[in-house]
Amino acid sequence: MIPELGHFALALACAIALFQTVVPIWGAQRGAARAMALAPALATAQLIAVAAGFGALIWSFVVNDTTVSAVVANSHSAKPLLYKISGAWGNHEGSMVLWVLILALCGGAVAGFGRNLPSALQARVIGVLGAIAVGFHAFILLTSNPFDRVWPPAAEGQGLNPVLQDPGLAFHPPLLYLGYVGYAVTFAFAIAALLEGRVDAAWGRWVRPWSLAAWSFLTLGIALGSWWAYYELGWGGFWFWDPVENASLLPWLAGAALLHSAIVVEKREALKTWTVLLAILAFAMSLLGTFLVRSGVLNSVHAFANDPARGLFILVLLMIYVGGAFALFGWRAGRLAPIGIFAPVSREGALVLNNLLLCSILAVVLVGTLYPMFADILMGARISVGPPFFNSATAPLALPLVAAMAVGPMLPWKRAGLFGALQRLWWAMAAALAVALIALLLTGSPVWPAIGFGAAIWVVAGAAADILDRSGAFRTTARNAFNRARNLPRGAWGAALAHAGLGVTIAGMAGMGLATDTLVALRPGERARLAGYEWRLESVRDVAGPNWSARRATVTVRDAGATVTVLEPERRSFPVARMTTTEAAIHTNIFRDLYAVLGEERDGAAVLRLHHNPLAPWIWLGALVMAAGGALSLSDRRARVAAPAPKGATQTV
Amino acid sequence: MTRKRRRLMMLGLCALGIGTATALTLTAFQDNLVFFRSPSDIAREAPRDGRAFRLGGLVEAGSLTRETAADGRPAARFRVTDGPHTITVTYAGVLPDLFREGQGVVALGRLTPDGGFRASEVLARHDETYMPPEVADALRRSGHWNPSQGAAPPAATWNTAPRSTRAGG
Repeated sequence: MIPELGHFALALACAIALFQTVVPIWGAQRGAARAMALAPALATAQLIAVAAGFGALIWSFVVNDTTVSAVVANSHSAKPLLYKISGAWGNHEGSMVLWVLILALCGGAVAGFGRNLPSALQARVIGVLGAIAVGFHAFILLTSNPFDRVWPPAAEGQGLNPVLQDPGLAFHPPLLYLGYVGYAVTFAFAIAALLEGRVDAAWGRWVRPWSLAAWSFLTLGIALGSWWAYYELGWGGFWFWDPVENASLLPWLAGAALLHSAIVVEKREALKTWTVLLAILAFAMSLLGTFLVRSGVLNSVHAFANDPARGLFILVLLMIYVGGAFALFGWRAGRLAPIGIFAPVSREGALVLNNLLLCSILAVVLVGTLYPMFADILMGARISVGPPFFNSATAPLALPLVAAMAVGPMLPWKRAGLFGALQRLWWAMAAALAVALIALLLTGSPVWPAIGFGAAIWVVAGAAADILDRSGAFRTTARNAFNRARNLPRGAWGAALAHAGLGVTIAGMAGMGLATDTLVALRPGERARLAGYEWRLESVRDVAGPNWSARRATVTVRDAGATVTVLEPERRSFPVARMTTTEAAIHTNIFRDLYAVLGEERDGAAVLRLHHNPLAPWIWLGALVMAAGGALSLSDRRARVAAPAPKGATQTV
Repeated sequence: MTRKRRRLMMLGLCALGIGTATALTLTAFQDNLVFFRSPSDIAREAPRDGRAFRLGGLVEAGSLTRETAADGRPAARFRVTDGPHTITVTYAGVLPDLFREGQGVVALGRLTPDGGFRASEVLARHDETYMPPEVADALRRSGHWNPSQGAAPPAATWNTAPRSTRAGG
């Protein structure tokens, strides 16, 4: 009964979404105030209906209802409760329901927080969100119904893929979707602006917090996924330039560009057309990511449901939404006249450079990701594009981006002197050069890690210099400067924090550039040496868990005779899923990870892969700092108090 | 600065950005494209340039042996087949969790002078029923399997099985 109610709730949500599209947009075009006033109520109603459907799905997984095919395919009664719940979105159908739930949440948020928006703008934004929801509801109902019944009921579910039974992955999809779907809101704002034919500072002030929130969630989601890959897959790396990983990186890059250009719209009313275009692009990249992951057109290690019919459906949705948006853009963009004029060397100029470089990186990653697909279709060639391509093509673009990151915030709006800004950064430059040189001398030949360390110091010091400069630390008394720093807008602190976070991540990546590993076959009692540590295999024994049994090795790591840690890597086998997984054992002290993976055993010896990863945790720590910077910036008073609608923004248009 | 000049400058900057991105992409493509080859492709025309490529097929049943490489590292040796042809692969490393005899595999590496294949990476999937598309395609081309007729036959029979369809290009 509950699954049928859930199915009904989703169908109802689809119908409400259709109303939500038609009524408010018609009302806004015709200036019908009552039709526009319906928009928040419809968005809320859709949210309630989708939440009911999602609740029914969770309920089916929690009680392990084996008449529901999604439960049979992805759950098992012996699974811990957390993974029964996360299993609801650990599969294609359920994750699509989560997707529309988050979309409905965004609609509800625009309805709830957007009361002081001009009502025509709010109605149009909610209408566009409704239009997106209609497509994805139809997708769920027609191709991926999560509530399909099986009869007779299966005796037991087939279990969730064991590598997905992990706390990191339980929260990875919701965070990632909050980011992906968050760009639906900035997209809706862009379309509303095109329909209205107007972009102003108030619009920029509304788009900025949304793009900031989406970007922060996406950062967390990507970091969590990368961290999961690091400790769960046991390959010892953190980023593999896999198509599915790239699919999440593309909207992140477009979103980071959008975030910065929205500042220019808000502060200076310039770059309007460009910002609208970026908002469309960011959502297009989100949809493209969804398409790439679901359709199986690209060969990825994270293969999801590979159903050509579903892929085609999403491709059609992608073409309708993105194609429609670009057509509307081409038709109406001319009306968005810029106001602010600026010199090339200015804060605006620096933000344009940021956008240019981010978009170039985006283009390179996009081409590298899609090339195998087009090579296959057009030339029939089976080609893959691996990490060496992405590393060598993006690094030359990332380097100037990082170099400009510290300078940009020091430049005043409109017109600036580059020399003055560089003068205030001389100590950051000196520190970066010194660190790069020291790193080069200490580590020897590889040049990229040394450049990375230098870049990291440059970015972090640049962020610090920005705060010191704004608080006047070099021009006034320390007490005075402290008070001024405390009273700086949170947006300024947030930006500095996010920039510093990227610096921390860069340092982590540079550290990983110095990682070493070795592969050994040891009998109990034998030792290996790696990175100055002595690794001794003590024993290998059997252990049992709730739904798995495992072989667990005990490895003692010693440094000059003193025990550093005891690592216990495992090879788990899950009888229900007939799968084995490796559980890497990791010991971290924030400055380095000791990482051990247990391979197969042969004639009494266990194969062990040992890694020494300097600064590895900083990669994810930096992402956390970036997201914290985003959150701090979001809590800025300016983000919460919307700008008053300027004169002329009357209720009718 | 006039609006016209500013617009020209923006266009110039954009062109510069796109140009740089294109140039970087093309140079990186030149060195880093990785081709996929099946054992039959290699038998027909051995790659001469010595570049790394991806080899795909099924792991022949009963072919996996463990050995120790010359430098003391533990290694694995197995045969990859697409029906008509077979190649011996050596790999020093921990085989992925889903590596199974009789299932699809993709390995990245180079040919050795003796005609074998030394893998630097062996890829298997999160999902045990998943067949890498290149492998499925290679098997289809060698005429041994039509995916629309169900799962692949057991790999032990591959070298002897009669061809079910005409071998395609």
